[in-house]
Amino acid sequence: MVEHRSKTHELQGGKFRVNLLEGGSGDPLVFLHGARPQGGWTPHLDMLASRYHVFAPFHPGIGGTEGLDHLDSLWDLVLFYEEMVGGLTSEPYHLVGHSYGGMIAAELAVQSPSKVRSLVLVGSLGLWLDDAPIADIYVLTPEERAKATWRNPESEAALAYTAQPEDPVAKREAELATIEALASTGKFTWPIPDKGLTKRIHRVNSPTLMVWGDSDGLVPPAYAHEFQRLIPGSEAVVIEECGHIPHVEQPEKYIEAVFGFLSKH
Amino acid sequence: MKVSFFHLMPYQSLPDDFAEKHRSAWVDLPNSNFDPQQGRHMYDDYLDELQYADQLGFDGVCVNEHHANAYGLMPSPNLIASILARSTSQSALIVLGNSIALYQPPIRVAEEMAMLDVLSGGRLVAGFPVGTSMDTTFAYGQVPIQLRERHTEAHDLIMKSWQTRDPFVFNGKFNQLRYVNVWPRPLQQPHPPVWIPGSGSLETWDWVLQRNYVYCYLSYYGYLRGRRVLDGFWERTAQLGIDDNPYRVGFLQLVCVSETDSQAERDYASHVDYFYNKMLRVYGPFAESPGYRSIESLRAGLRTAIGTNAQSSTSQPVGWKDWLEQGHVIAGSPATVRERLKEAIQMLRVGHLMCLLHIGTMPRELTFKNMELFTSEVLPSIRDTWSEYSDPWWPATLSSRPEMAGLPGD
Repeated sequence: MVEHRSKTHELQGGKFRVNLLEGGSGDPLVFLHGARPQGGWTPHLDMLASRYHVFAPFHPGIGGTEGLDHLDSLWDLVLFYEEMVGGLTSEPYHLVGHSYGGMIAAELAVQSPSKVRSLVLVGSLGLWLDDAPIADIYVLTPEERAKATWRNPESEAALAYTAQPEDPVAKREAELATIEALASTGKFTWPIPDKGLTKRIHRVNSPTLMVWGDSDGLVPPAYAHEFQRLIPGSEAVVIEECGHIPHVEQPEKYIEAVFGFLSKH
Repeated sequence: MKVSFFHLMPYQSLPDDFAEKHRSAWVDLPNSNFDPQQGRHMYDDYLDELQYADQLGFDGVCVNEHHANAYGLMPSPNLIASILARSTSQSALIVLGNSIALYQPPIRVAEEMAMLDVLSGGRLVAGFPVGTSMDTTFAYGQVPIQLRERHTEAHDLIMKSWQTRDPFVFNGKFNQLRYVNVWPRPLQQPHPPVWIPGSGSLETWDWVLQRNYVYCYLSYYGYLRGRRVLDGFWERTAQLGIDDNPYRVGFLQLVCVSETDSQAERDYASHVDYFYNKMLRVYGPFAESPGYRSIESLRAGLRTAIGTNAQSSTSQPVGWKDWLEQGHVIAGSPATVRERLKEAIQMLRVGHLMCLLHIGTMPRELTFKNMELFTSEVLPSIRDTWSEYSDPWWPATLSSRPEMAGLPGD
């Protein structure tokens, strides 16, 4: 495993306290996780860190990152990320965002195109297609969610990812952490995760790759193609036998696609 | 003691197999299930019942706001209240209330409530609920985590607009108005009484007490369970050094009166069954959008007032006997109802009792029977409760009902 650590990064005299995971060495790469809490230094971060200096911050309101109350609009949020990442690295950085994190990554590439060396959107939110609606993640039953999230909900990777603590108190705390995460990210996505990115996306000039699972039942693969249509020159890789979380369900194919792309930029 | 008649205006014609076919009477029940011709007759009956409540001597009539559901056909309670402003004369118009976080600008609520107050000759009680998760975050698409902040700002704006005589500037987070100038303004001065319905969330108690409003607990799980919430409210009141005037609290109770205990079951059981098993059928996630309640409240394990969470938290009553035993419904002969209602009033220390006397599918004649037996056989025995207290949370013009003998202050 690559050497890594947890740390807290303060902004504006402590108004914001960002918890993040950091590891590896090389060119800087920022990974932004989805609407649920990221589960520590997971294998996909470790793989990225074998070649890059990885920063994986927790979003405001999640994993102990403080400051959500100071962010009222998407504009506030995007400027927060620009300032936060600017404090982590002064160099242009690779930016990888999954799901909700992909929506933030796309907005960040809109806001500061010269800072984003390359952009990777994985099962990303941010757009809306009436004929391919994104699932309402807030009302799915656990069974519906499992079916929409995974190509194979019974796979070892899926079961390990969704496993609940045995201890009832720990289990309830984990549930509350998930609710808190959904509540926090919902501040910027509720009730539909389309906040006008199509009007701004022409500003993206970073090399861009979409990575999608062919069986993504939450954010259908149609969105990979829509992002590709809206970002001229971008690439898309649709991974077979894969749901909404390619870095967990098909980690080898995922990392092959991401490394292949990043090595060119 | 103030005793009011609460109406939910349910849609009565859900099919027998509704529960098998639909997960919820709220949010996503297709409106093809609503028959407008039948709906028209329901509105007629319900308005008759509300008007009759005024004639029978209830202190107030209560209406409320819900959206996208078969549970209550009042997306705009103000429309109903405006009819009642003209067709009733003695009772308070308790609008409980308008979900003020939903309106931008909420000036609309200030205006309509002021109209109601003027139209009714100063009989309005203004309720400002946060609103259910179903209504606010799903049917009206509000961001759950911002709902309470929005509610607070709307409240601040409405209250200031009612009490300020010159146009003013309001620079809020959600509402910016260069000219706040509400016409008409309320008849009651400085403003109509304010009641806040809460579902037992920690956030609401301090907020209500600091502003000296009435706290209303509207649950359909009866006084035995309501006690847990109101005990907490009274405890907090004492901690803050605030007096324990029972009129600080409002409580809703389902009540069914008949000639005998067994006749009550024959009269009402099927209607109560419709209420619990159809009207209150809410798909769990709709009742609890993430952020609707704070993590602290969730950790404290409080239930939402309506919805699957509330229902699944203990063993569920399946029939008449369970509803009675658990206090969800107070029902029976006049003597039985008197006894249990007195017990409930003391246990909860409630000064503003709201009775749900139309339940589920009850036809008009049966509702009238329930109302008549209640006002003739039950109401006189509880009316003098708390006569040693004054009620500053009631429209001043209605501090006593003239035809009622022996009221405090008479």
